[in-house]
Amino acid sequence: MKKDNFIIEKKKFKSRLIVGTGKYKNMSECAKAIKFSGADIVTVAVRRVNISDKKKPLLMDYINPKKITYLPNTAGCFSSEEALRTLRLAREIGGWKLVKLEVLGDKKTLFPDMIETLKSTEVLTKEGFSVMVYCTDDPLMAKKLEDVGASAIMPLAAPIGSGLGIQNKTNIKIIRSQTRLPVIIDAGLGQASDATIAMELGCDGVLVNTAIANAKNPFQMAVAMKNAVLAGRDSYLSGRMRKSDFANPSSPMKGIV
Amino acid sequence: MKKINKIKIKVNGTFSIIKGNLSLLNCIKKLKIPIKKVAIELNYEIIDKNKLGKIKLKNNDKVEIVHFIGGG
Repeated sequence: MKKDNFIIEKKKFKSRLIVGTGKYKNMSECAKAIKFSGADIVTVAVRRVNISDKKKPLLMDYINPKKITYLPNTAGCFSSEEALRTLRLAREIGGWKLVKLEVLGDKKTLFPDMIETLKSTEVLTKEGFSVMVYCTDDPLMAKKLEDVGASAIMPLAAPIGSGLGIQNKTNIKIIRSQTRLPVIIDAGLGQASDATIAMELGCDGVLVNTAIANAKNPFQMAVAMKNAVLAGRDSYLSGRMRKSDFANPSSPMKGIV
Repeated sequence: MKKINKIKIKVNGTFSIIKGNLSLLNCIKKLKIPIKKVAIELNYEIIDKNKLGKIKLKNNDKVEIVHFIGGG
């Protein structure tokens, strides 16, 4: 079989499953789930250090940034200014240039504000960032993001944390077919089969957080997601059979007694 | 007796009174924050961590210290 590398900005990654690090009961549960998922990229948020409680555990003490690629994310930012400030700070923490941009537009749906997102992508790219962009499943906006220098297109499957699975397969397929960039489904997956469907549509990867963290057994779901991504990718690459409206017997008719 | 000059600064949204001639580096060290794992802003401007020792804090300075936490 041909080698099938997952490459973002010329860097090879082992797993096509990117995992979020939020919503876990504690840091050790998070670290264990990541291990089970096999992910080598994890998203992280940038927040104030708690100066009154210095004993609070640090993410870096549980997830080694030398072994796992940290993908700083602008989750919670509702304007271009906030997002830019957050990612500039993230870069300052330790030279992170590969980042995930997320500029939200509405608190109820957490849909991205695509006008602000497009503006921010352009600015960040000019500043030397490699920007993976959370976006709506709109093929036109996805193309515009590519035109201003995005490193990866990350359309939502459904609202963040909703667990609804892919709502618009057609749009995802169009986005995949028109771009040379990696397309990674971000947000809204609820179970392993959703990840498989994303991969079967030709996506290059998926990002999962809540579906693992909020599963009754996050470790088992982490394994399920890992396997689902592998299965979906193989299924996509294998070239599925043609669909037919009528039956086609699996056993030969010749020689029937 | 020489009066010790004190200043009021804001660190991560909380006011604190410190000695007047403290450098930003010493301020961070006093808070026992691991410098390698954070980024620092002074009055909305990101500060190169190599230059923290050269910056003296002034009255009403706003310091923000951030790090990575779990997130989606």
